[in-house]
Amino acid sequence: MEFIQTLLANQLVVSILLSALPLVFIILMVLVVLYTEMKVAAHIQDRVAYMRTGWHGVLQPIADMLKLLQKEDIIPTKADKLLFRAAPFIAFTGTYVAYAVLPFSSIYIGSNINLGAFFLVAAGSLVVIGILMAGWASNNKWSLFGGVRSAAQMISYEIPTALAVIIAVMITGSLNLQEVTKFQDGGIGNWLVFGGPLPWMQKLMLMPFTVITFFILFVASIAEVNRTPFDLPEAESELVQGFNTEYSGMRFAMFYLSEYANLFTVSAVVVSLFLGGWSSPFGAFMSGPVWGVFWFTSKAFLFILIQIWIRWTLPRLRVDQLMYVSWKVLTPWLFVCIFAVGLILVI
Amino acid sequence: MSSIGTYFYNIFHSLYTVVVGMRITIKHLFTRSATVQYPTVKMKIPERARNRLFVNIDDCIGCDQCAMACPVDCITIETIKSTPDMDLGMTSKNTKKRLYLPRFDIDIAKCCYCGLCVWPCPTECIVMTDVYEFAEYDRKDLIYSFSNMTEEEIAAAKVRLEQYNQEQAAKKAAAVPAKEPAPPAANPLPPSVPDIGKA
Repeated sequence: MEFIQTLLANQLVVSILLSALPLVFIILMVLVVLYTEMKVAAHIQDRVAYMRTGWHGVLQPIADMLKLLQKEDIIPTKADKLLFRAAPFIAFTGTYVAYAVLPFSSIYIGSNINLGAFFLVAAGSLVVIGILMAGWASNNKWSLFGGVRSAAQMISYEIPTALAVIIAVMITGSLNLQEVTKFQDGGIGNWLVFGGPLPWMQKLMLMPFTVITFFILFVASIAEVNRTPFDLPEAESELVQGFNTEYSGMRFAMFYLSEYANLFTVSAVVVSLFLGGWSSPFGAFMSGPVWGVFWFTSKAFLFILIQIWIRWTLPRLRVDQLMYVSWKVLTPWLFVCIFAVGLILVI
Repeated sequence: MSSIGTYFYNIFHSLYTVVVGMRITIKHLFTRSATVQYPTVKMKIPERARNRLFVNIDDCIGCDQCAMACPVDCITIETIKSTPDMDLGMTSKNTKKRLYLPRFDIDIAKCCYCGLCVWPCPTECIVMTDVYEFAEYDRKDLIYSFSNMTEEEIAAAKVRLEQYNQEQAAKKAAAVPAKEPAPPAANPLPPSVPDIGKA
């Protein structure tokens, strides 16, 4: 970063450039994820998905994006105009802000603040406001249902997420994601899923609890991005399109972008907290700032793939089942884990 | 089972069923997809598939049986009798053709592809082909005309028939006075039917 700073010798330009970098990444990443999702979905159902636009339809996401850009931006007459207009931007801001604290590589992190993990959890709730706002402003019963469901769901699942983050923080002793990742550097054995780089006795005792925590964080993160089996805010078969029923064109595209960008964020959180972030699984081999980006994104993509796989396997949960999973299963289990991890770390 | 037992059972059961489902989906991810890339790759059509109708007009004798059989009345046939001095040729089944066909229209948009018109045809000139891609932008284009007669030919045939009919009428008129009116035939009464009710 200092290198670029000296190169351009202008603080403002550098800040703008560096903050635009994740945006470019998001757009490229969303194109890839869209394509992957459609292809995986099709092949799971023994279909082939799009084949016409380019080789095996690789240009289709770009075509889709251009189509969305050209569409008319319809605002319902009875809608709350200001909130309706603002909602997609707030949702996207919540998503984008989270990218500031993601450690893409040992030298690149948007903002190296000490409260990284906390900031991520907080930024996640900004998306809820955007979605609830969209649901309310649309003045449509389905949208409102979607928005309210989304609020209930995301607030419920913030708790398991935060508790799981706490366990990672307890072991590493830092809220800074860069520090958390550095703590796990040096091979697959040092990752927090496997107990982190601690004495082997402690590590062995920690392992079952970290594995459970890791798993719960993963489940909660799927719920936080509103994807099947937790896609109640959208629930096509019940709520038309949920909170984004009334949206079209560019504003719909913003929600779409936000959803897929969020997908990467939660995967990145899981990866940087429990799977060593940018650190190479082979220790010193293939590690370095550039390899770091590679490992970070490929690990996150693995999780995105698993999420897609789950999406095309499981049916949607009922509302009460959703609450049951969060409050009666995930949260109590995490309390047990927190207690056990604390005990192990003390002795 | 105690309620705490049910709680743990539910958790492990749900995890187990998720794994089962995910195993099935990943298996399908790597099986060959069933899609046929239609316009570029076409499926083989069964040998006796019923699709677009075709009429070999050279074999048609204008018997109108196909139009009669049609349940949706999509076949329209008009005929003009030929005069004895004209030879319309033979069909491939060695049937003499006696009728001109100024019009043989099939409205394929109405056709229900039942194939009922194919069976009565004595010369096997109306058949169902395996062509199934014949969408049109205008419904009028779906009316297929199989007649190969030009306007002049139709007019000429009509004129000839008219002349012939007039000649025949003239002959008849000339022959009528010579003919004796036929004696009224003895109209036998129908045999009395025995009353069925009493029998």
